[in-house]
Amino acid sequence: MAEMKKAKLSPEPKGETSPLKKEEKIIEIVGVSKIFDDTAAVDNVSLYVRKGEFITFLGPSGCGKTTTLRMIAGFDIPTSGKILLNGKDITDLPPNKRPVNTVFQRYALFPHYNIYDNVAFGLKLKKIPVTYVNDKGETYTKMQKLTRKEIDEKVKNALAVVDLEGFEKRSVSTLSGGQQQRVAIARAIVNEPEILLLDEPLGALDLKMRKEMQIELKEMHKKLGITFIYVTHDQEEALTMSDTIVVMKDGQIQQIGTPTSIYNEPANAFVANFIGDSNLFNGTMVGAKLVRFCNHNFKCLDDFEKNEKVDVVVRPEDIKMTNADEGMLKGQVISVVFKGVHYEITVKVGKTEVVIQNTESRNVGDTIGLDILPDGIHIMKKAFTENKYDGYITKKNTVVFGDGEFECDVTQLYPGSHLDEEGYLITAEGEQLDLTDTDVKVEVGFQSIEISDNAEEGGAQGHIVSIIYKGDHYQVIVRTEENEEDYVLDTEDLWNENDFVGVKIAPENIRLTLKQEIKQK
Amino acid sequence: MTKLHFSRKQLCIPYALFLLLFVVIPMLMILFYAFTGEGADGSLTFTFSNFAKFFTSTAKLSTLLMSFTIAIISTAICLLIAYPLAYVLARSNWKKKNVLLMIFIMPMWINFVLRITALRELLDLIGLLGTQNYLNTIIGMVYDFLPFMILPLYTTLEKLDKSYLEAAADLGGNKFTVFTRVTFPLSMPGVISGITMVFMPSMTNYVVSDTLSNFNITILGKLIDEYFTTYDNWHMGSMISIILLVIIFLTLLATGGFKEDKNNARGANLW
Repeated sequence: MAEMKKAKLSPEPKGETSPLKKEEKIIEIVGVSKIFDDTAAVDNVSLYVRKGEFITFLGPSGCGKTTTLRMIAGFDIPTSGKILLNGKDITDLPPNKRPVNTVFQRYALFPHYNIYDNVAFGLKLKKIPVTYVNDKGETYTKMQKLTRKEIDEKVKNALAVVDLEGFEKRSVSTLSGGQQQRVAIARAIVNEPEILLLDEPLGALDLKMRKEMQIELKEMHKKLGITFIYVTHDQEEALTMSDTIVVMKDGQIQQIGTPTSIYNEPANAFVANFIGDSNLFNGTMVGAKLVRFCNHNFKCLDDFEKNEKVDVVVRPEDIKMTNADEGMLKGQVISVVFKGVHYEITVKVGKTEVVIQNTESRNVGDTIGLDILPDGIHIMKKAFTENKYDGYITKKNTVVFGDGEFECDVTQLYPGSHLDEEGYLITAEGEQLDLTDTDVKVEVGFQSIEISDNAEEGGAQGHIVSIIYKGDHYQVIVRTEENEEDYVLDTEDLWNENDFVGVKIAPENIRLTLKQEIKQK
Repeated sequence: MTKLHFSRKQLCIPYALFLLLFVVIPMLMILFYAFTGEGADGSLTFTFSNFAKFFTSTAKLSTLLMSFTIAIISTAICLLIAYPLAYVLARSNWKKKNVLLMIFIMPMWINFVLRITALRELLDLIGLLGTQNYLNTIIGMVYDFLPFMILPLYTTLEKLDKSYLEAAADLGGNKFTVFTRVTFPLSMPGVISGITMVFMPSMTNYVVSDTLSNFNITILGKLIDEYFTTYDNWHMGSMISIILLVIIFLTLLATGGFKEDKNNARGANLW
């Protein structure tokens, strides 16, 4: 199961058929972006939802989860990309034409209708084909509205599903939050949608009610057998209820997987931190399945390149306490908090604070030892967002970095400056500067780098050492031979590993900052 | 330095005084005059005769009917003009919509008599003055009270939680059904607020009817004024005032204006 889910983001694997059949997908989101006032709420998201599953979009506020849900409902139209329902493009279809119903965050029950009319709202608008036989014995179908009796029956059933029998005549304002929540669910499921969308439906309920509703929703999902798409910022809720979790951040998908796989094998530091409490360390691989952090070498299960800088995640419950001199690490207890079932103990190891959860307690000030077993250590590639290099300016006003030489715009170092005929920089104040051999920091975005088959075309040359599919593009790493400098870049083209390529960067995409200025700060 | 402290009770005193002087006492005086009459010797006696006189006089009843008709038509026209405008303004994402709203509201800042006089000149120019008394009066009322209809409607529609409309669309409603079943019913507080703001003054604002009909149309407000000033009969004037008060009260009751605002479309009762 976990393996199947993990394959979700990757394209159809080469040379073998996808384990998931096409007809299993009910919703497919293909490269969807939504831009509000120049900011991308959803940035090139691709995923699919399998028929009948309980899928949760999880992330902090502003991560684009609700916008994604709203685009499936039809309230927002994607700026680009496509949404397919059962293989049909529904991107521009208005909400009333989609076989999808929504449970809103604050329920949105119509205050001018009673409970019956709220639940019956969709049914009264619905038209179903009815087959008749005419005098000549021919059959014909007519679209017609549901009869009063049919509506009554369906409303009654829906209210029974949410345990609100006999509430028909009550007005919305007389109901508690939990009851309103149930009416909102009844109002949606009574229409027998193919997909039920739930936008943080439990957010307004108190803790006890929320726990109860979580279980009820899960049972309802089993009973109804329809697809649930759930949005929440509550990681515990997501872990409890979902078949599949989509973790989002800044409009992008961070990880898709089962609750277990997301908890145990977070794809990056963000996911690790967001899903449950965790200790996050900066580590370095020092050997085969050997990672160093907190000044100690730990055995681990993940294998990365030697000397690679990595993020290390250790769950608080995976750290064992030992006697002071027997542990892999040694530190001093600086705080102990009782959390009901366990104690949360913070231990200072060197300069790092390590959080432990244990049913046993220790006293503040105690010196204790800590052990971490290999299966408690999760190692993740450091998430880069930018290529950063140290470089220097040449006589020709080009910049040398990453085993290459590139044309650049040196005037960005001094606002309002320009170059004179001899290549000297004239500042806004009219001062003449010679930038030759000036040390600079160089930043280049992943999207700003192009690679070319013709190696001589590029400012630097190297071999492709890694190609990772990121849902809609490939992330390629080009490594130079001389000093093993890496260029990380995003491209839509498929390259082959070990290709020897030239690295091209447009001058305007090379951002320079003076090193001295940074020091002065 | 000690700070001044007022208890809630103390803070109420000025308002209580105000209410007493300008609401309670005048109301009692009107009631007193309405149900009294001067005997032959000039003494005041309790009587229902003013009430009886009003409802037996064809002239007064026709004035009442006239006021009613003018008020109803003016209110209806105001609603027909204001609703679409308020709806479009409230639903648009246009950043400068407040400017447009302001343009419609701006006449309220110009002196009312000046506005009506200007309108009179305009109607004279296009030849309506003196020929179309009813039309002119209604034009005047609509022109004068339109902002009072727009504002409560706009406020209600603006504050209307969009998730209701989304829910209605989500449940299968097309644009028309969403409007008729959700938007309009939920904007009722604004509609009622607007109607009361336009209907009541349209029944009484005789400056408009006098100026634009060359004193050819008499509405209830004019009648009250005449009894107080021209005929010097405070008893009848007070009785008409009370009858008007009751009519307005009944209208409000009928439109549900006193119902507690339970839904989310608050802010309608701007006034």
